[in-house]
Amino acid sequence: MKYRLGTMAVAAVMGASPVLAELVFPSLSYRTGPYASGGIPLADGYADYFTMLNARDGGIGGVMTNVMECETAYNTEKGVECYESLKGEGALVFQPWSTGIAYQLIPKTAVDDIPLHTMGYGRTSAANGTVFSHTFNYPANYWNGASGAINYLMEAHDGDLNGKKITLLYHNSAYGKEPIRTLEELSEKHGFELSLMPVDHPGQEQKSQWLQIRRDRPDNVIMYGWGVMNQVAVQEAINIRFPMEDFIGVWWSGSENDVMAAGEAANGYKALAFHGVGNDYPVFADIQTYVVEAGNAAGAGDQIGTVLYNRGMYAAMLAAEAVKYAAMLAAEAVKTAQEMHGVADITPAMMRDGMEALEMTEAKMEALGLPNFGPTFTVSCENHGGTTGLVAVSQWNASAQQWDMISDFAPTDMEVIQPLIEEDSAAYAAENNIDTRCN
Amino acid sequence: MFYREAGDFSTTYPQDQQTFPIKFDRYRYYVVLLIAVVIVPFVINDYWVNSLLLPFLIYAIAALGLNILVGYCGQVSLGTGGFMAVGAYSCYKFMTGVDIWWGGELLFRLPEFNIFFSVIMGGVMTALVGVLFGLPSLRIKGFYLAVATLAAQFFLVWLFNRVSWFYNYSASGQISVPERDLFGILITGPSVQPWAAYLFCLFFTILCAYVARNLTRGSAGRKWMAIRDMDIAAEIIGVNPPRAKLTAFMVSSFFVGISGALFFAVYLGAVEVGEVFGIQKSFIVLFMIIIGGLGSIFGSFAGAAFLVLLPVVLKLVGVDMLGWPTDIVAHLNLVIVGFLIIVFLIAEPHGIAQLWRVAKEKLRLWPFPH
Repeated sequence: MKYRLGTMAVAAVMGASPVLAELVFPSLSYRTGPYASGGIPLADGYADYFTMLNARDGGIGGVMTNVMECETAYNTEKGVECYESLKGEGALVFQPWSTGIAYQLIPKTAVDDIPLHTMGYGRTSAANGTVFSHTFNYPANYWNGASGAINYLMEAHDGDLNGKKITLLYHNSAYGKEPIRTLEELSEKHGFELSLMPVDHPGQEQKSQWLQIRRDRPDNVIMYGWGVMNQVAVQEAINIRFPMEDFIGVWWSGSENDVMAAGEAANGYKALAFHGVGNDYPVFADIQTYVVEAGNAAGAGDQIGTVLYNRGMYAAMLAAEAVKYAAMLAAEAVKTAQEMHGVADITPAMMRDGMEALEMTEAKMEALGLPNFGPTFTVSCENHGGTTGLVAVSQWNASAQQWDMISDFAPTDMEVIQPLIEEDSAAYAAENNIDTRCN
Repeated sequence: MFYREAGDFSTTYPQDQQTFPIKFDRYRYYVVLLIAVVIVPFVINDYWVNSLLLPFLIYAIAALGLNILVGYCGQVSLGTGGFMAVGAYSCYKFMTGVDIWWGGELLFRLPEFNIFFSVIMGGVMTALVGVLFGLPSLRIKGFYLAVATLAAQFFLVWLFNRVSWFYNYSASGQISVPERDLFGILITGPSVQPWAAYLFCLFFTILCAYVARNLTRGSAGRKWMAIRDMDIAAEIIGVNPPRAKLTAFMVSSFFVGISGALFFAVYLGAVEVGEVFGIQKSFIVLFMIIIGGLGSIFGSFAGAAFLVLLPVVLKLVGVDMLGWPTDIVAHLNLVIVGFLIIVFLIAEPHGIAQLWRVAKEKLRLWPFPH
């Protein structure tokens, strides 16, 4: 970091490639601004997992990890600044935790040859690896979410959604607009009536939307919200006595922050999930021993085990696993038998290859101390979204103050999603003159 | 000692009326231009361009535009973000070919504009929209006008979010810039060379500053200032208030539109209107001209530089050197900017530009002040 300043002073950082003695994981966090309540646990979880790896295993394959944090405040301009300042530090993979910043970085990362992992957010059609070479969105994306919600509602309505009314309450931004196409297709397929209800940033004003919902009396409300919008929506739903059981949020609308404020009345609110909840996993004992008790917990250290903390940790775990794959591939490339050999020389390009070869199995998650924490999936050159798009549903238990998983990771309707992914990525490829790969 | 006009005689009126009548100033200005155009492009990299220079140049154009309206003509505007959005979306539509629909059928499609003319069209369309939203200024002033322009801000953002024609019906509602070049050199897109993006924006910045400087000291600028100082008196001495106010709105919006177009096409590459061109943008440009100096061309640059550089410098010092947590530094940034605005409003209402003027006065007398 010191030499960044030094080089800035002489204004000649060009081509100066840093010595890769450590594995650099940039963390574009937002601990300030209107979305900080979500950003803090995500950043804490991401940092703590790597701290734990350093303390317990001496890094990954003997090489220490270094999490470099940069504050974006969920703002695209600051996100660009962070990206530019960290990419020269040997950053292995960027995770911006913001769909807006992800859209900025998708073309930039492809040019700079650095992978971008947008886990459960970003541009959904990036799942098509033949067009988006450097963007990954495994294990689940927005459209899996939309389909997962519909599948769940289908079950709840005894397998028939015909004539039912479903309202989508969404953050009026790229993020919130993403599921609309999928839901429209699904409404045609299943015969339910879809109505759209946008909420403008930052989402504190929702009175008119909920008045409309009270008038329409939809059978279910699906929410794509983030930050303060979630809390307000849950409170407004309670105010109009909308049954919480019929209210289902995507995974960005399903953390403790969103329901705690509403207290007992939020009981029964549901949210989608692509990873486990709670701290009932062996890995948390290690985090407690090596991170918390050592006094190295990121932030205030009060987020451990919350939904979003787990998500940050999950992202870190997947990144660490991808590093192992990258090391393995590098080792194969130089024909060395030792698996971990060459881990020190990981470049962002190798990291990308590693992510493309990633395979998460139940046995592996168990070995990592996270049994049944996330869905099993494999990533391939063509499919950057994970093979299956498995999504589960969780429910808020207000008296116990915890989220409970109420379903297993179930497959989503790839029959509907895949053509949409093909269509959208083809449009992107045409717009930007991209040749498809993996042939 | 060095900085004085002794021996610097003007023998003609044009000489006397030039922007920099003092030789030293003039040479300094040439040197700055020379460094900016000839030397900087060779020594910059991605970080310098994308984190410092592009935002500085583009915000400087926006600040110039707003300064014409607020600083020179005295019409308070909080619609800058919305006007920048008009520039960005017009630029996008013109560079991808404007499609006109009638009754569900494509009537015709304009050919795709070159990036340079797309940016100019961004300015032209914004000028038209600016005149439209400037109409209330004929009847109301002060706070009430600020509220009317605030309505423009919210209406325009809502419009670009709501009408999918503006973002070419993309699923996400974002506009993403396609790759465009000028004489075979890429100007937009991810593969653009840092110097190309820099020079492209620098060209517009110099052009806008030149035009702004010469407009404000000509008859148009004098009319604006007369309106600002006292509109009734101005009317009595023969200034046409509607005309002066609307031209100020038009010119100001033109600059703001150009900056919006560059902000989208060259700097960010992908834009979501509510996030990028929200009310925050209006405020930050207003802060720039307040801190930099109302009614001053130099002030627009100084304010833009100040607000673009300050967060980056604070981050470098706080996070990279001192190792403070990132959130503390981010909060500190807000505190410091807020504090400085109060300090400037109390201690030096004319901003950095006035400090600069005072410093120059002192330098002229130095080392013998009496």
